[in-house]
Amino acid sequence: MDYVPNSDAQLQSMVEASGFRTFEELIASVPQDLRFPELKLPKPLTELELQREMKRLASRNTSSEQALSFLGAGAYEHFIPTVVDYLSGRGEFYTAYTPYQAEASQGTLQVIYEYQTLMCRLTGLDVSNASLYDGASGVAEAAFMCLNLDPDRGKIIVSAGVHPEYLQTIRTYARGINVRIEVLPLADGATRPEDLAAGVDTATAAVFVQSPNFFGVIEDMESLGDVIHGKGAQFVAIPNPISLGLLRAPGEYGADIAVGEGQPLGMPVSYGGPYLGFFTCTKALVHKIPGRLVGRTRDTCGDLGYCLTLQAREQHIRREKATSNICTNQSLMALRATIYLSMLGPRGLHEIAAQNVALSHYAAEQIARVEGCRLPLTRPFFNEFVVKTPVPARVLCEELAEQGIFAGVPLSRFDPARTDEMLVCVTETKTREDIDSYVAALREVARRVEEGVKG
Amino acid sequence: MKTIEPLIFEKSVPGNRASPVPESVASGESLGALPRGFLRQTAPALPEVSEIDVVRHFTRLSQLNFSVDTNFYPLGSCTMKYNPKINDRAATLPGFAAIHPYQPDASVQGALEMLFELERMLCEITGMDAVTLQPAAGAHGEFTGILCIRSYHESRGNRRKKVIVPDSSHGTNPSSARLAGYEVVTIPSGRDGCVDLSALEKALDEEVAAIMLTNPNTVGLFEKDILKIREMVHAKGALLYYDGANLNALLGLARPGDMGFDVIHLNLHKSFSTPHGGGGPGAGPVGVKKELEAYLPTPRLVRRPGSDPAQFQWDDNRPDSIGKVRSFYGNFGVLVRAYTYIRAHGAEGLRRSSRGAIINANYLKAKLREVYNDPYPGPCMHEFVLSGEKQKQQGSSARDIAKRLLDFGYHAPTIYWPMIVKECLMIEPTETESRKTLDGFAEAMVQIAREITEDPKKLASAPYTMPVQRMDEVKAARQLDVRFDGQFGG
Repeated sequence: MDYVPNSDAQLQSMVEASGFRTFEELIASVPQDLRFPELKLPKPLTELELQREMKRLASRNTSSEQALSFLGAGAYEHFIPTVVDYLSGRGEFYTAYTPYQAEASQGTLQVIYEYQTLMCRLTGLDVSNASLYDGASGVAEAAFMCLNLDPDRGKIIVSAGVHPEYLQTIRTYARGINVRIEVLPLADGATRPEDLAAGVDTATAAVFVQSPNFFGVIEDMESLGDVIHGKGAQFVAIPNPISLGLLRAPGEYGADIAVGEGQPLGMPVSYGGPYLGFFTCTKALVHKIPGRLVGRTRDTCGDLGYCLTLQAREQHIRREKATSNICTNQSLMALRATIYLSMLGPRGLHEIAAQNVALSHYAAEQIARVEGCRLPLTRPFFNEFVVKTPVPARVLCEELAEQGIFAGVPLSRFDPARTDEMLVCVTETKTREDIDSYVAALREVARRVEEGVKG
Repeated sequence: MKTIEPLIFEKSVPGNRASPVPESVASGESLGALPRGFLRQTAPALPEVSEIDVVRHFTRLSQLNFSVDTNFYPLGSCTMKYNPKINDRAATLPGFAAIHPYQPDASVQGALEMLFELERMLCEITGMDAVTLQPAAGAHGEFTGILCIRSYHESRGNRRKKVIVPDSSHGTNPSSARLAGYEVVTIPSGRDGCVDLSALEKALDEEVAAIMLTNPNTVGLFEKDILKIREMVHAKGALLYYDGANLNALLGLARPGDMGFDVIHLNLHKSFSTPHGGGGPGAGPVGVKKELEAYLPTPRLVRRPGSDPAQFQWDDNRPDSIGKVRSFYGNFGVLVRAYTYIRAHGAEGLRRSSRGAIINANYLKAKLREVYNDPYPGPCMHEFVLSGEKQKQQGSSARDIAKRLLDFGYHAPTIYWPMIVKECLMIEPTETESRKTLDGFAEAMVQIAREITEDPKKLASAPYTMPVQRMDEVKAARQLDVRFDGQFGG
């Protein structure tokens, strides 16, 4: 199957209309030896066969429609209003490209301007770009940006509470440049201002702190910010955007940059992507910001309209001198976030955030009562928390998965030494009854596995 | 003063709301668990609107766009071909959309099988030995690929200092190379639009890590000396990098791997027709030859040894890997669409697509070369460039032509790029357009050329039929208004 509308006869007549006799004449510059390799691909499928094949593959996965999932750790299952899928699926958005021709792209441009406004309001900062690929690459872009601000500051400090995959991504991005990366250990799951004070100095370009952090803990961002600014470094906050319906905004606690994973704002978990990296910062940094930016201006008649702006920062103009190599944004995902936040409004977002707190705390209390399980951290958390398990967490999770429950993310995945801990996430998608059945199954399996281990 | 569609914030009425969420459970007591100092002081000023407000607002905004679904979109180098709807349907199946990246591997075997097979098919199509699906876009793939090249040279004791790009290359090429720590050396293209071998010879030395090429190149020509280039580059121990932006010309026709490229990136949103989404998400898989496989990002997807039927799993134990370039495994939803696309086509369908793309481009070029300057006479691959120099002398720029095309219902070609062609118009019709559509577009281009000879002023104010007139971009940059704060900008 293909989607070429012209018949073979028509294609041949077009070759002739172009002044050639055969298709081969059109590709004369391709060396003979290279032409028409045999490709070992599965045979083509009609649409009906294709539907069957894709359903077959999809049915070999256990989705959160079949299982009860308490997985988070950077990708969160949230309620998505129907309207988000419905509107973002419109072909006029879906099949357009980067709005180079502003007059024929006002829809996409206005959406991005609204997205930028929403992200500024959510994070309490001045400027937002049009989005980056995802949280991890967004954080790495932020590191680059901060290192470029001042050649005398060649060090960045990353709290150990930052998602381990973000830290890995920063390290990869940093391969091409001279930078020292220091990781700041946690105490009771949180970054301590006194530890930070010992590490941050006038050679520090930026400090990265995630809150709620990877282990769920809400950090004392204001105190950390004071320490960072005391040495003139940039304070990069990595918030969960849903938590900002309830928790203090980066702008309120003095962050210079807020960057992170936008997936919770109306994007399905979709096995890790596509998501979006949001990026907001203070006005002072606007000319250094990576990625696309949409501005409002007027047309030649004086009417309001939108266009891409400050393009002189970008690769297609500046080539090797650009602030980043990023070309596109994640426009369709920014559209989803814009529709999502419009649907929820301030009260809806607050309620969702409050329910995350309420349900996760209920779950934490119940799990703490399961024999052998305990909560090793004592700090306030938002919607996820660490559970110490009586048996290896991986075994426990595999057992529960067989019963249709994804109990949590074993921390051994990130640190082989942490065999008996898992990260449990509870969002508004779970009911009290869901939590109760999870806890009952956990109790049962923990007991059985423990007996098995002993026996 | 008219406003096309107010901002969603201007529709806000305090107390209005959409999307009721269920009654909160035990809200009061648990919120008490959070210290007051951690709580937000003022609620974010999100719009307060009803569901119908939201639906009308975004539906109206969508109608202000040109898109492949509504308009011919010959934007050169972007491959704006038809996006088959079955691909989107497949990606939204709950078995794909509602699976979490940290689920146990055993619970996502269908997804892993699909990814494994997609890697294999991309290897087959490109002639490479291994592929990573992790990079999120073409530029992201370039950066990943250059980092692999860096590691390759480092393992041989000298990471080398320079990366060569032709002056016709995409801006992301030099930018990605720089980001990976390389000095960029730009070489001029030959008069025929291809790599100038003597310029390459001069630039090549033992400090060159790689040369980045697009093939067909950005003026739509196949690099005829590619096998010679391979020889020259490899003789210096440097590697050949393939920018896959123009792979749509070569599916089933020729493979970068066979041409001698060591590292490639693909743009699944171009060649494999995943929707561009208004500027993303894309996907930029990177393919490498065997000698570079060890450097690909982690984790790698592997078949469990001895498993039958095959079981797949992620493998993080890759000590030589460059690491991760993003979280999780890539833009999975985009990968599902590309897989669906390739399975629909098979080898024969892919070959027919590229053939159709090349024929469409040549057909259109033949229709336009009398009216606009043709800087590179002769056949082209899947796209071609014209120069509006003649029209410029008559008083209309390439920008004017682009804007006027919008009035005819066609998206503009890529303009002023590549920079080596004056008043450049870069046209890529793709294979999914019918002869009739191409005829209509050619007629519009011819009529515009006629308008320029008759009344060039007319074009200076085009477009006339769009929701807005030309935007004041200088004002946009000088009086920066990048978020709504309640009042209208100056």
